[in-house]
Amino acid sequence: MLAFIIRRLAQSVVVMLFVALIAFIVFRYVGDPIASMVGVDTRLEDQEIMRERLGLNDSVIIQFARFIGNAMQGEFGISYRLQQPVTELILSRLPATIELAVVSATIALVFGVIFGVYTALRPKSWSAAAIMALSLVGVSLPTFLIGIGLIYLFAVELGWLPSFGRGQVVDLGWWRTGFLTESGLKSLILPAITLSLFQLTLIMRLVRAEMLEVMRTEYIRFAKARGLTQRTINFGHALKNTLVPVITITGLQLGSVIAFAIVTETVFQWPGVGSLFIVSVQVVDVPVMAAYLMFIALVFVLINLVVDILYYVVDPRLRVDGGTGK
Amino acid sequence: MTEPLLSVRNLTVEFPTRRGILTAVQDVSFDIMPGEVLGVVGESGAGKSMTGSAINGLIERPGRIAQGEVFLQGRRIDNLPAAEMRKIRGRKIGMIFQDPLTSLNPLYRISEQLIETIRTHLPLSESEARKKAIGLLDDVGIPDAGRRINDYPHQFSGGMRQRVVIALALCAGPDLVIADEPTTALDVSVQAQIIDVMKRLCAENGAAIMLVTHDMGVIAETADRVAVMYAGRIAEIGPVRDVIKDAKHPYSAGLMGAIPRLGANLDRLMQIPGAMPRLSAIPRGCAFNPRCEHVMDKCRVDQPQPAEIAPGRQVACWLYPPQGSTTPLVDERRQAE
Repeated sequence: MLAFIIRRLAQSVVVMLFVALIAFIVFRYVGDPIASMVGVDTRLEDQEIMRERLGLNDSVIIQFARFIGNAMQGEFGISYRLQQPVTELILSRLPATIELAVVSATIALVFGVIFGVYTALRPKSWSAAAIMALSLVGVSLPTFLIGIGLIYLFAVELGWLPSFGRGQVVDLGWWRTGFLTESGLKSLILPAITLSLFQLTLIMRLVRAEMLEVMRTEYIRFAKARGLTQRTINFGHALKNTLVPVITITGLQLGSVIAFAIVTETVFQWPGVGSLFIVSVQVVDVPVMAAYLMFIALVFVLINLVVDILYYVVDPRLRVDGGTGK
Repeated sequence: MTEPLLSVRNLTVEFPTRRGILTAVQDVSFDIMPGEVLGVVGESGAGKSMTGSAINGLIERPGRIAQGEVFLQGRRIDNLPAAEMRKIRGRKIGMIFQDPLTSLNPLYRISEQLIETIRTHLPLSESEARKKAIGLLDDVGIPDAGRRINDYPHQFSGGMRQRVVIALALCAGPDLVIADEPTTALDVSVQAQIIDVMKRLCAENGAAIMLVTHDMGVIAETADRVAVMYAGRIAEIGPVRDVIKDAKHPYSAGLMGAIPRLGANLDRLMQIPGAMPRLSAIPRGCAFNPRCEHVMDKCRVDQPQPAEIAPGRQVACWLYPPQGSTTPLVDERRQAE
């Protein structure tokens, strides 16, 4: 187990180094950093001095090593646009994104599994057919359209929920949460649903397909032949066997939820990392873009690591050590 | 005479499909006495496994029992509600499937699957059930059962897994074990061991066995009586020795003739020409008529009914017409089609 985790960690480091290289190339060669920092009337000599001082004349390898060194210390330079340290900027936006992502991932997972199991066990019922038909909407409609639709219905027409922003937030140290106020929670509902809908339908369809597959296996027939109760068979035997692919997809989707919350955050004016990124792209704020790239890569790498460990927990066949083997 | 443990009467299993109704098992009747081993042989698709599944109420949709009755110890079980039938499965009727590699849930330890099954049927505590489970594994010949019980299925070989499956089938002390080709997926070297274990344990527990197989050798060594099935019907049923030595139905005679014998100096193995018809294209009259060397005009028109030719011995063939009636009933449903 430990060897497995260490091996996985080593792989993660390689991936991160590779992403860092891309981020570095973006940072260093997309446009001229000096040109972005100085005004149009700065003299060429002064630009040269800055270039020397920032180490931009050193060899590429030394610059890359420096970039890595800084990144390890959480140092990604200063935002061109806001003149603040990038790390600080991202950290201040992070809680909003994480809260949104966690809530929508939870919604997606819980309802996805429930609906998936239900439609698999009652494939003929009209309610299952209705859920399946609705799920097509979830899969095929683009996120921003769903968001706008929800805003129109619940914020504009019914006026029940706010249409943008995070509402009232409470500071807990550096973490700013919207969970503790009524307006914060209310503001969370629409974006969380919007963000979760696609994942929800995806997970649901996956669980359903896997479950139908598993119900046809011999060991389920054998479990029936042993006289186990329907409940034990459905939830003990069948559901557990659908979990491995579900964990994979859910893990990867959680990564996407964080990474691609951009659209939802934009639609709902949600003050998260995604909207920070989109503004940075508009003004070519390269340090923020590079840091965002690294951050998302880190999220994916970490989630993959957790997913791999979960496989290990769920499926004994992957535990290579121990046992007499076949 | 003692009451039969299991009575199957006129069992018919149908699968409605888009192209019409396929009859997988047609009008099958037989009895199994307590402690008896009944072998059921036939080619693939003859309806052997389907008969076993029908008895246990495990026919998968859209298949259904269209007709007939199944009695277990005098009680009718084919029409029981699902919850009642569940209590019979495992408790009264144990079942062993063909492929031990896929019969066990890969994500649970052997101990969990055994204890779960035992506790579903018997009022035992966790630790009592565990003790019983270890005893069972010991009985089926798994060495070091106390330790191996905590292993997962993938840590056992195929033969060992089939032993575990047998332990699972027997763990609630059933009166009947339906073994559906229990050795087909195993190496020849372990087949005999598995049959031995199964037969010994069933004999010890007084359980009857319905042994579904296409291996005549296994039947010859194991079974008391044998039913030969062809295209969903029983062609011939009787004591094993009689059927092997003196098969009456041309199909069973062909099957027996196809068993290679040591000492018999043959250039070629005997074989029955042709293949069993698909369910969608079963010929009119006797289903075997296109392959039969004794075929008569009548065989192409009327379906023969099983007729008793000796005590406990029935043959469905026009060579052995039923006593008394020379014009047997024609199956009206088939005529209507």
